[in-house]
Amino acid sequence: MTTQDLYAKLDFRRTVVNRLMLGLLGLASLVAILPLLFVLYYVIHRGLAGLHLSFFTALPKPVGEAGGGLGNAVLGTLILVTMGSAVGVPIGIASGVFLSEFKRSRFANTVRSSVELLAGVPSIILGIFAYALLVVPMHGFSALAGALALAIILIPTVAKTTEEVLKLVPDHIREAGLALGLPRWKVVLRIVVYGSRSGILTGVMLGVARISGESAPLLFTALNSQYWPRGIFSPISSLPVQIYTYAISPFDDWTQLAWTGSMVLVAVVLIANLSMRAILGGKKA
Amino acid sequence: MLAPYTMGIRSESIPLTAAPAPKLSTRPINAGDRLFRRVLMGLSAVVVAILGLIAVYLTKLAWPAIQAFGITFFTRTEWDPVKEHFGAGAFIFGTLVSSFLALAMAIPLSIAVALFLTELAPKRVAALVGFMVEMLAAIPSVVYGLWGIFFLAPLLRTYVEPFLGGHFGWFFLFEGAPYGIGMLAAALILSIMVTPTITAICREVFRAVPETQREAALGLGATKWEMIRLAVVKSSWSGVFGAGILGLGRALGETMAVTMLIGNRNEISASLFAPGQTMASVIANEYAEAGSNMHVAALAYVGLALFLVSFAVNLVARRIVKRLQFSGGAK
Repeated sequence: MTTQDLYAKLDFRRTVVNRLMLGLLGLASLVAILPLLFVLYYVIHRGLAGLHLSFFTALPKPVGEAGGGLGNAVLGTLILVTMGSAVGVPIGIASGVFLSEFKRSRFANTVRSSVELLAGVPSIILGIFAYALLVVPMHGFSALAGALALAIILIPTVAKTTEEVLKLVPDHIREAGLALGLPRWKVVLRIVVYGSRSGILTGVMLGVARISGESAPLLFTALNSQYWPRGIFSPISSLPVQIYTYAISPFDDWTQLAWTGSMVLVAVVLIANLSMRAILGGKKA
Repeated sequence: MLAPYTMGIRSESIPLTAAPAPKLSTRPINAGDRLFRRVLMGLSAVVVAILGLIAVYLTKLAWPAIQAFGITFFTRTEWDPVKEHFGAGAFIFGTLVSSFLALAMAIPLSIAVALFLTELAPKRVAALVGFMVEMLAAIPSVVYGLWGIFFLAPLLRTYVEPFLGGHFGWFFLFEGAPYGIGMLAAALILSIMVTPTITAICREVFRAVPETQREAALGLGATKWEMIRLAVVKSSWSGVFGAGILGLGRALGETMAVTMLIGNRNEISASLFAPGQTMASVIANEYAEAGSNMHVAALAYVGLALFLVSFAVNLVARRIVKRLQFSGGAK
């Protein structure tokens, strides 16, 4: 065998290995997105069967009776998410603005690490926190406690996206405002934040979509309820907790409600993510 | 007259004390600015305060259990709410096994996906696949749980577990009856859920590898795969490690999907087919129905441990990833 043959043989082996490994990388990507396709298929396929108007308007029926809906859970989730956002969004945006516009201050580093670490705290731990803070002193599960847990989950998400979005604003725009003699707060609010409002809004939407799917922190704060919401000091039903309860129940009518509920949740999340793509375009931070 | 020697010192010491550098202050001079800054700082301080308060309130709630069981709480495996004997050993075992098993599957997959996205895929394909992988993180945990119960668990019970048990049943990991629901199902769903996190960090790490390094490898005659292996992967190991730790942080605290799929049995079993329990899942299962104060305290103690562990894990991961951002250079 000549040297040339040897090289040809070696090259052949290298080409085969190359093709094989590159193929494997592509295959791995396929494997990674397969679960998403399966989940979407199942949620839509099984969920559509139970999608009637009554799903949003009716209370759950007792076992054995067909029909009924999760109207109370849909309304409960809306209430919980609205209350949670009312607290979480302002704090989140303020922290994000502080991190981006006052990044030179020493306190900013503390806030930045806190935001990152808070984002890493398991949501169920925040449930225990809300339980200790509100359920124990008030001697009862309440929508208020659930909303507090959701608000805490929302804060780091909103703070991070706000900071990222504001970082995209070039400094010369701030300098232009300051050079015109505007006070800094006006530059930040009227120019920097106002100009990035669509980006901040999508960050808020993403966060809100995320907390509307949270169930772990609600299990022992907002608990659950078979009735229409009765004020913020009583237990309240929510879509994710209701899905959990019905998913592990042995009754077909209930699992049907769980699938339809899941479809609603997934639709909310998908719409929020797709509109973020649409608004932010390619420059995702 | 002074000796020239001392004079020398004198003349040198004068400029040191004269003309101090003007202090640059970030403090606003305008009253509105001062108020604005204070409001922002006050609201940001809430974030810092929450983190501290979580630790304080969790400790307070768990205090009876901390006093009663001390540190042996984590080594004992007995969990009996009726007799009020509590030990978290089984849950720690379940958390570790499910998390590491999930990582063992998710890390290689995520590396491959990240390499595909940064090195191989055309722009449009990369955008689409990248978006779909990100969407995996957006699906609510409870939906994964529901899907797991009705799709993944039956699949494991009818096909995967009988196959593994039939061929590798002599190995302790694959012993026992195929339930479907159990440690394997929980680990699988976890691996799906942490893949987007790990992939996202790996992508950034690979993107930070300088283009010249790739060109150098290709210029020496490397095939594309050899270039990826030598120029991209080899210089990224510490970043991939950081990504894995960040994934671990997510896996440790993931609750709902695991609760719905792990089977919720407070026992340690070597087999992956057997049901188990994690720290997060026992809290989700028992907290709302905990009868006694000691039961609540014991669950809060588990929660406190989970909080501290995930806090530490995230701290380490951030350190590693941040260091890379400084040393890795621009993309």
